[in-house]
Amino acid sequence: MSVPVQTQSRRVEPAIRFHPAFSWARVFAMVQRYWYLLRSSWPRVLDLIYWPTVQMCMWGFLQMYVGQQGGVVARAGQTFLGAVMLWDMLFRGQLGFSISFLEEMYSRNLSNLLISPLRPMEFVTSLMIMSVIRLAVGMVPVSILAILFFGFNLWALGFGLVAFFVNLMLTGWAVGIFVSGLLLRNGLGAENMAWSIMFLLLPLTCVYYPVSVLPGWLQTIAWSLPPTYVFEGMRALLLDHVFRADLMLQALAINMVLFMLAILAFLEFLKSSRRHGSLLAGGE
Amino acid sequence: MTAGGLCSRVALATCRRMSAAPALAVRDLTKIYKTGTAVAGISFALEPGTVTGLLGGNGAGKTTTIAMIMGLVAPTSGTVEVLGRQMPRDRYHLLHRMNFESPYVEMPHRLSIRQNLKIFGKLYGVRDIAARIAQLAEELDLADLLDRAAGKLSAGQKTRVSLAKALINSPELLLLDEPTASLDPDTADWVRGRLERFRDERRATILLASHNMAEVERMCEHVIMMKKGVIVDYDTPARLLTRYGRTNLEEVFLDVARNTGVREAAQ
Repeated sequence: MSVPVQTQSRRVEPAIRFHPAFSWARVFAMVQRYWYLLRSSWPRVLDLIYWPTVQMCMWGFLQMYVGQQGGVVARAGQTFLGAVMLWDMLFRGQLGFSISFLEEMYSRNLSNLLISPLRPMEFVTSLMIMSVIRLAVGMVPVSILAILFFGFNLWALGFGLVAFFVNLMLTGWAVGIFVSGLLLRNGLGAENMAWSIMFLLLPLTCVYYPVSVLPGWLQTIAWSLPPTYVFEGMRALLLDHVFRADLMLQALAINMVLFMLAILAFLEFLKSSRRHGSLLAGGE
Repeated sequence: MTAGGLCSRVALATCRRMSAAPALAVRDLTKIYKTGTAVAGISFALEPGTVTGLLGGNGAGKTTTIAMIMGLVAPTSGTVEVLGRQMPRDRYHLLHRMNFESPYVEMPHRLSIRQNLKIFGKLYGVRDIAARIAQLAEELDLADLLDRAAGKLSAGQKTRVSLAKALINSPELLLLDEPTASLDPDTADWVRGRLERFRDERRATILLASHNMAEVERMCEHVIMMKKGVIVDYDTPARLLTRYGRTNLEEVFLDVARNTGVREAAQ
């Protein structure tokens, strides 16, 4: 049965306030929400610093040891600390994005957000900003410790560091956006993807060794991934003192495509979640 | 004649008496999942400034209906018109003017009540958020709780906080999913009183899904009864009682749930 509806007399709508398609106020409201959360929990802050510090120490000592051996091995070892810190930028960039998203699922707050005027692109932007903040909280102290312990100054890479950072963050965000879409659609069952997906890139993007080491067919795959260009560029900068702008531009071009595809995938996952009713499940 | 046919006619007459266009108009709304049909072509309208109860047993389709009205679930077919605009097409214009409360949707536990309300106030574009939070804190007796973490509240306190979140933007359409579930009778009565006051002051339209028949009898001008995804009856509480020959809505609900009395009532 249904209850028929009459609609002849239109109700006079109250004056509608201007609702911009993109509101920085809503973006910063979400950033503020994640900042409150981070501030309220010292284990969360510690977690941001702990693992990058452990990594930096381990690879720093390995670099020292390899450096004492001399020859080609010593030359290769000169990039370990730079590589591990740039890898952390990539990994933490994605994780910072995905964890903030996961926080909404853990606290069963996603429905509240999705029935609020918050738009998907505002949500995504706030998660990107938060990933930079989380990365800064973790990496700035670690980069200072690297100077103190091993004499490795990441900041001395100058403009190169900016180019590496931009490209690595774009890749991290693209993967984070895609994973968040998967989480929206499949709930916390897909949580492991958030933690592990980036490790697929670890061997393929040649973090610790040059691309030429890979077999030919894998090199093709490696060159389709933007971080490969960054790590090759880092080796060129650290070993040969040459900034490879060509590599950075190629990485940027691929990143733009990946980022757009990730956004489209996220929106499609959101649409699909609405179709399948998975948003009602509260993330489970 | 089926119960549905009669109820359609009664409801049609009710709708025609509306002095203004409905605050919410649902037409032929259907949601089919892979596992089955959750909502099967329902239509109804809510008069502005009224409270309508949405009743039905578990799996009747109430939550799916509310989720489609909010744009959280996409209908398979049919339309939802809220305050004269189409949902989900005009989602981001409408979401400023409506809100939702359910004890099953929580707020971030580690944030204080003040922080949570501040964030939601900003998301809804509320002007002078501090004043609005102070006003809600006074109305909902939250002043002492504002700086407490949301995760450290009792069930009754959580309901008041959820209500504050739902009222932060003074919505014209308020959707409530079992707002007094798991509350003691005193707190539940207090919450109902606040909702009625809000309806009167704001002239808001409220759709209330509830399993508490006394609550529905007290608060609702109209009742929509759902079963297995369809509307099986619609009327004022008083007329339902008369038609089913019962003394309270709980008995009517049981008649509908057990299929006793529906046909008789229709005839």
